[in-house]
Amino acid sequence: MATTLTINGQSHTVDLPEDVPLLWVLRDEVGLTGTKFGCGVAACGACTVHIDGEAVRSCQVALADVWGDVTTIEGLGTPDNLAVIQQAWIDNQVAQCGYCQSGQIMQAADLLANTPNPNDAEIDDAMQGNLCRCGTYPRIRAAIKDAAQKLQEA
Amino acid sequence: MGELKPTRRAFLAGSAGLVLAVSLPRRLRAQSNAQTFVPNAFIRVAPDNTVTVLVKHIEFGQGTWTGLTTMVADEMDADWTQMRAEHAPADASLYANALFGIQGTGGSTATPSSWMPMRQAGAAARAMLVDAAARTWDVPAGEITVSNGVVSHVGSGQSASFGDLATAAADSTAPAEPTLKTSDQFTLIGKNVARIEVPQKTNGTAQFTIDVFRDGMQTVAVAHPPKFGATVGSFDATAALQVSGVNKVEQIPSGVAVYADDTWAAFQGRDALDITWDDANAELRSTEQIMTTWATAARDGGLTAEETGDLDAAMADAAQVIEAEYRFPYLAHASMEPLDAVIEVREDGAEVWTGSQIPTTDQATIAGILGFEPPNVTINTMLTGGSFGRRAQPDNQFVAELAAAAKASGPGNYKLQWSREDDMTGGYYRPLTVHYMQGGLDADGNIVGWRNNVATQSILKGSPFEAMIEGGIDATSIEGSTRMPYVLPNSKVTLATMDSRVPVLWWRSVGHTHTAYATETFLDELLEKGGKDRVQGRLDILSGDAGRDRAVLERVAEISGWQGVDAGNGIARGVALHESFNSYVAMVADVSDDGGQPRVHKVWVAVDCGIAINPSIIEAQVAGAIGYGLSAAMFEEITLLDGGMVDQANYDLYRILRNTEMPEIEVSIMDSSADPTGIGEPGTPPIAPAVGNAWRALTGETPKRLPFVRA
Repeated sequence: MATTLTINGQSHTVDLPEDVPLLWVLRDEVGLTGTKFGCGVAACGACTVHIDGEAVRSCQVALADVWGDVTTIEGLGTPDNLAVIQQAWIDNQVAQCGYCQSGQIMQAADLLANTPNPNDAEIDDAMQGNLCRCGTYPRIRAAIKDAAQKLQEA
Repeated sequence: MGELKPTRRAFLAGSAGLVLAVSLPRRLRAQSNAQTFVPNAFIRVAPDNTVTVLVKHIEFGQGTWTGLTTMVADEMDADWTQMRAEHAPADASLYANALFGIQGTGGSTATPSSWMPMRQAGAAARAMLVDAAARTWDVPAGEITVSNGVVSHVGSGQSASFGDLATAAADSTAPAEPTLKTSDQFTLIGKNVARIEVPQKTNGTAQFTIDVFRDGMQTVAVAHPPKFGATVGSFDATAALQVSGVNKVEQIPSGVAVYADDTWAAFQGRDALDITWDDANAELRSTEQIMTTWATAARDGGLTAEETGDLDAAMADAAQVIEAEYRFPYLAHASMEPLDAVIEVREDGAEVWTGSQIPTTDQATIAGILGFEPPNVTINTMLTGGSFGRRAQPDNQFVAELAAAAKASGPGNYKLQWSREDDMTGGYYRPLTVHYMQGGLDADGNIVGWRNNVATQSILKGSPFEAMIEGGIDATSIEGSTRMPYVLPNSKVTLATMDSRVPVLWWRSVGHTHTAYATETFLDELLEKGGKDRVQGRLDILSGDAGRDRAVLERVAEISGWQGVDAGNGIARGVALHESFNSYVAMVADVSDDGGQPRVHKVWVAVDCGIAINPSIIEAQVAGAIGYGLSAAMFEEITLLDGGMVDQANYDLYRILRNTEMPEIEVSIMDSSADPTGIGEPGTPPIAPAVGNAWRALTGETPKRLPFVRA
């Protein structure tokens, strides 16, 4: 059946069964591939996107249940106009394989929106559902602190 | 891959000859139009002044794109901002790993095997650009300088970019032996240049295999046998074919393939299959049964891999003999990107997109299945969400599955997409391994005898690389047990090669994953029993030619302020030293007892990997390798239940390290003028024994069965 979603500020109408997870709607139907498939059971965080500004695991949200505007990594910033947090990720040279980083960044963006100046414990708590097999955790923490500082200066 | 050097002679011959001698492949010629300067198989200089390096090693996080491009850029005297990188196509005649003889990435060889060829390629390109400028300006080449991508002649006041000179440089002759820089002339090597592909991995535009979509592409999910060695008995596809978006179901050698319009439909269709499996040739033993058998074999001992002195006599005379048995589980690579590959099959050939770690054999395998000649199969190596060895398959397992699925269906575009469950239960694990060890001490606490019996499954046996087994010894089974840096009089290392139907594979640092733990914790225990300090005791028995081992151990003791195992406040320290892949790493770990589990607070590391091409990447690789090794030591275990089913199918049961469990890490990189050696793997082996040794200091017991925290 036809469902209309607002994704990164644009309206998209898709004709798919209503139980298809948002992850696969984004990737296979809409063509927004920055959001990644890692586990399919909300155990890794690679598929994290925002719905109405809140970080959610898109592999667990059925198409029919999408309750608000969707933002993906592509909507957070663009290559020519990066979000502050994305620039912090580059400045701190966070990515190794890079596969989990879209999810990490979306989760961190949610954290900073609610906790503008997080301490280590708050960062650990907010980010502990996002796995990184390359072990980039120390640089993720550094990038979040860097972004928090830049956002406060801005 | 392990430390296999089957083609050392080929390396020596190849490194002298330089790639410039080889002709360009058609694909590159086609791109070599009037303006783009293609000096050799590794470099393209475009009129827009970008310089693209064709990297023959897969970029899956370890930094090959940046490292190899840095080598080229430095010798060209390019500006870093003009540099680009992309994966080289599959063509062993141009892009073979000098250490393997075929095109492939593994064994932490990307940097060392590229060190001379990439610099030579860059130096040759520079010489040809200078020659072009000299001819264009009619000035002596010897008066021309190059800096930050600008070619200049001071006397005539002329200057040009590489792009300006690209057309003219196409007429320059490649020098037979280009002059390389001396280390004091390096401008980029040794600097923390920014990684080339980090921006695209930060804004969602990086293209991984899973991101490849082709016109009319069908996504394929394959139902695999739930037990290793089982096969399809019969199946009913009726329900699967009723799933919206499912187009077709075919039996293929590895299982039952479901073809669908998209990934979700393929997974749903696969779940709806009704399959009866034939377990006649299946592995039915549980992990416990396998481990018990192998533990017995370890006690009995196997083929002698290395021997010094007279161990039996030394043990008979020893004042004290200590024994230990170490048990290591199967481990999954558990890379974040589940295995995947895309193929377009035409009547006359095929094109493939995948994270190919051994393009030469991936290409040959796909070609063989589809009935093509290998050159008619193009491989596009994609950025890849980790591998840690999983994609370096001697049998090219999952690309073979894709080719078989395509063959069963006919020409068209197909994406093979494994789920997390496929990936985790699919085998190709770090082999389950048992070490049985004995140590003899004399009355003064000196080590007089050392026995290390290894029982494990061979990675090479039964694979296309089986010829690398010498005298019955698969070096990847025991590497790190032999050629230890310590003087251990009267020692014996044996190997019992065990069999199971569980497929096994190299896993970040391969044999060192278990040998470093067994040797460095057992040695530590013997030093303790002998009343020795764990750092000084090691230094006292390091051999005279172990200078680099000695230096990293002394450095880590210095930066950690080592004063013994008790760090106060309930924190104990462990130390470990291990060389792998010709890089030397020593670690000290601060550990406390957190409700019966180790909590690792801080790790100090000293690493010697020769000339440090990019210290920031080295630091990241060492930190990541510690996370990987600590994850396995703490939590990771694939177990087979009674009957042979794998018990862990996803990250919920196969626990990997989280941010909250990652220690603070301080890395000290040794100054060196030695040629660079690998850094993707060498940081992994020492962390588990460093933590294990600290745990013994806290509790009196070394964890003898890994992981430390068992479900």
